Amino acid sequence: MVLFVFRRLLQSLFVLLAVSLVVFFAVYAVGDPIELLVSPEATMEDRAAMIARLGLDKPVWEQYFTFLWNALQGDMGKSFVHGVPAVELILQRMPATFELVVVAITLTVVFGIPLGLVAGLHRDDYTGRGIMAGSVLGFSLPNFWQGMMLILFFSVWLGWLPASGRGETVSVFGIPLSILTVNGWSHLIMPAINLAIGNIALVLRLTATGVYEAQTHEYVKFARAKGVRPERIVRRHILRNILIPVVTVVGMEFGSLIAYSTITETVFAWPGMGKLLIDSIYQLDRPVVVAYVMLVTLIFVIINCIVDFMYAALDPRVQLVSPSH
Amino acid sequence: MAQPTQNARARTIQPLAETPRRASILKKLRARPTVKGSVIALIVLMVLVFAAPYFAPQDPYDLTKLNLLDGRLPPFSESMDGMVYWLGTDDQGRDMLSAILYGLRISLVVGLTAVALSTALGSMAGLLAAYIGGFVDALIMRIVDFVLGFPTILVALVLLAMMGRGVDKVILALVLVQWANYARIMRSRALQERRKEYVEAAANLGFPSWRIMVFHLLPNCIAPVMVFATIQIATAIALEATLSFLGVGVPITEPSLGLLISNGFQYLLSGDYWISMFPGIALLVLILSINIVGDRLREALDPRR
Repeated sequence: MVLFVFRRLLQSLFVLLAVSLVVFFAVYAVGDPIELLVSPEATMEDRAAMIARLGLDKPVWEQYFTFLWNALQGDMGKSFVHGVPAVELILQRMPATFELVVVAITLTVVFGIPLGLVAGLHRDDYTGRGIMAGSVLGFSLPNFWQGMMLILFFSVWLGWLPASGRGETVSVFGIPLSILTVNGWSHLIMPAINLAIGNIALVLRLTATGVYEAQTHEYVKFARAKGVRPERIVRRHILRNILIPVVTVVGMEFGSLIAYSTITETVFAWPGMGKLLIDSIYQLDRPVVVAYVMLVTLIFVIINCIVDFMYAALDPRVQLVSPSH
Repeated sequence: MAQPTQNARARTIQPLAETPRRASILKKLRARPTVKGSVIALIVLMVLVFAAPYFAPQDPYDLTKLNLLDGRLPPFSESMDGMVYWLGTDDQGRDMLSAILYGLRISLVVGLTAVALSTALGSMAGLLAAYIGGFVDALIMRIVDFVLGFPTILVALVLLAMMGRGVDKVILALVLVQWANYARIMRSRALQERRKEYVEAAANLGFPSWRIMVFHLLPNCIAPVMVFATIQIATAIALEATLSFLGVGVPITEPSLGLLISNGFQYLLSGDYWISMFPGIALLVLILSINIVGDRLREALDPRR
């Protein structure tokens, strides 16, 4: 186990290094880094100071180590637009995104798994087929358009829910949260549904396929022959076995929801880090873009690690070390 | 009955149409009404798209034809010169129906080109990895793992943020995020195939590696890749639309469906629903039809059923 964890961490470190290398070359080596990293409105002294600080007069590999060293200390440069460190800016926006993602994941689990179970158990009648057909619609709906249609129906036509923003927040340990106020929920629910629909479809299909296949296994047939009650078969024999891949996917989707939240946040003007990324791209605020990429990569690497560890812990069949060793 | 042909090649190809496997696949596909509906929808869309210049009410690119006074008219309005805007107009006074027909074309061209290129690139990488093995295999597959480790939308977004917008750049970004999937599928399939006798026979005959890969391995491994590619067309179109919506995709001069939807976004809150809603429906029908056909195709080709 220790060896497995160690290897996995080493591998993650390589991914981080690779991304930093790619980002470094994209920003620094291609084109003029001074142009990219120094604000166009900077004075001559600022410019000279920046060049000296980033070591742009030094050889490329030395520049890379400077970049890496600064990044390790959490210094990714200052935002041109806001004048504060880019990392700080992103961390400020992170709770809003996380809140949205957590609610979306909850919706995914609450709707995706039961619907998938029903679809898998009743695969050949109309209920199952209806759910499966709905799921194709679910992942075909372009995310941003679906969000706009939600706004059109519930905000413009019916006037039930606000179209944008985050609403009232309550501060918990200094982190503002919308889920604690009614007004916050009215702002949160549409973006969360928007973010969750594609995922519900995915988890639903995965569960349905798993349930259907599990039913054909000998142990399920045996349990049935033994006279075990159907509910118990579903709970103990089927669900237990399919939950491992489902949990894995839900875990990994946490990361991709952070990515997809850029779209949802843009549509609903939700003040999270995804919206910040899009705004920064528009305003050519490159330090923020670079910092976002590095931070999200870090989040991804951590999530993937946790998922792998959980997988190993949940499923005794997972081999921690390849058999050749 | 089939005519006897002089060409031996043609004769070997002909019987394929009657193999039981192919017949059973087609039968499975025909049995589903949704598949029929989707195929019809796709054919109608294709015809609409490529015949657009002949019957679209307006050339949406010809700025002299646009009348700003006709801006943001609801569906079924009449223009200043008596033409009917079936689906309304956008803020420039552009007929939405015409804009959608031309927009569909851009969406389709971008999606199809991106999928064709990434299939080619990914298949090649997968074949090389499987056939050569060793270091090449390890290198290619590590790159594949790396690319697939991140959500496509994010990688494409960041790539385009650095490259700027443009049809060619969107296609490049789509290829860069999608090729890895094909490489993975092709490799796993080719690894099974390459152990078979015909590959060994070809190698013993002294054929060069490229020839074995292209003429022997590739045709036998391509089926699952093509099924996946069908579904990926829908993914590519959706991804392009999303990127264009976010403002990093196609340029304003070549509006795809995504950009049309994006243009309508600012008027949505004032109730001008048609500017975003109709291009979105066109996009949805396109993506949904491709997904249904692809999904059933995968089911029909699945040997376990």
